[in-house]
Amino acid sequence: MGLNATDLRLIAAIQDGLPLDPRPYARVAEATGLSEREVISRLGRLAEVGVIRRFGVVVHHHELGYRANAMVVWDVPDAEIGEAGRRLAGLPFVSLCYRRPRHLPDWPYNLFCMIHGRDRGAVEALVEEASAAAGLSGRPRDLLFSRKRFKQRGARYAPSAPKLRKAG
Amino acid sequence: MAGLAPIAEADRNAAGTAALSELEKRLLDEYQHGFPLSPRPYRDIARQIDSDETTVIAALDRLTRAGLISRVGAVVTPHKAGWSTLAAMAVPPRRLEQVADLVSSYPEVNHNYEREHRLNLWFVVTGTDVLHVRSVLKAIEARSGLAVLDLPLVEAYRLDLGFPLQWD
Repeated sequence: MGLNATDLRLIAAIQDGLPLDPRPYARVAEATGLSEREVISRLGRLAEVGVIRRFGVVVHHHELGYRANAMVVWDVPDAEIGEAGRRLAGLPFVSLCYRRPRHLPDWPYNLFCMIHGRDRGAVEALVEEASAAAGLSGRPRDLLFSRKRFKQRGARYAPSAPKLRKAG
Repeated sequence: MAGLAPIAEADRNAAGTAALSELEKRLLDEYQHGFPLSPRPYRDIARQIDSDETTVIAALDRLTRAGLISRVGAVVTPHKAGWSTLAAMAVPPRRLEQVADLVSSYPEVNHNYEREHRLNLWFVVTGTDVLHVRSVLKAIEARSGLAVLDLPLVEAYRLDLGFPLQWD
């Protein structure tokens, strides 16, 4: 995938967001010692090879009225998890869907997804729909509604990012 | 970044989505992907939605300040740049705030939520490599005296592709 130190520096430089300045890539260029043109072409390449999954507005669901969110987890036999995961992933209201390891005896679940809704009842109804659609209706399951958000921001890929000048 | 302050403000305002302009809704709907990689991206967006560069920048600034968006930027595919994991802890309720603050104090922690479960604190740790991430988990265990479950991604069925919003 050809990710080098310059790419990492660039990702680190934009991890708190692109400056709201008429020439944002020029500002990123100043912070990273690259040219504006190189910033743009590298970001394009990182998106093309899939290092950058998407590039754009990152919304806060809660503030947009999606007040309830649950991490929904199932215990699925290893042989069936791929099929179940792919079916869940095809549902429009499932925002993330991952396989993760079980951690017995504390944690028996291996299939995880996130479901957001206007309220708790809406999320519960979507979970039933998801379970049925993915053939998971009889499987052990749990819903972990979020209660309090202590921290939410973009991931940080380097210990410290160069400060970017904000438009002002 | 203060992170929590603008969120609390948005909650107090209870502005929800009712107060959003058509321009703001279009920015939220149409620019979760495919943000322009061009020298004047805000001007290019403005041309696509019949606005002007200054208005687009001001709208994104307002949405950020109101906590409706976290940033304009890149969502990086897990494990393509660095390493990350989902971690969980069973924290005695009376210690929850203290332990959550300890967890949030690490710059490597980007999401940190209380969830309804015996394992009641869930957070994402991102670092340069697996050793870096594990060292953060070990440090949190040592400082809190509590076990941390390490649940790294095994397979992704659906990554963050943005979120389809439904306006009331």
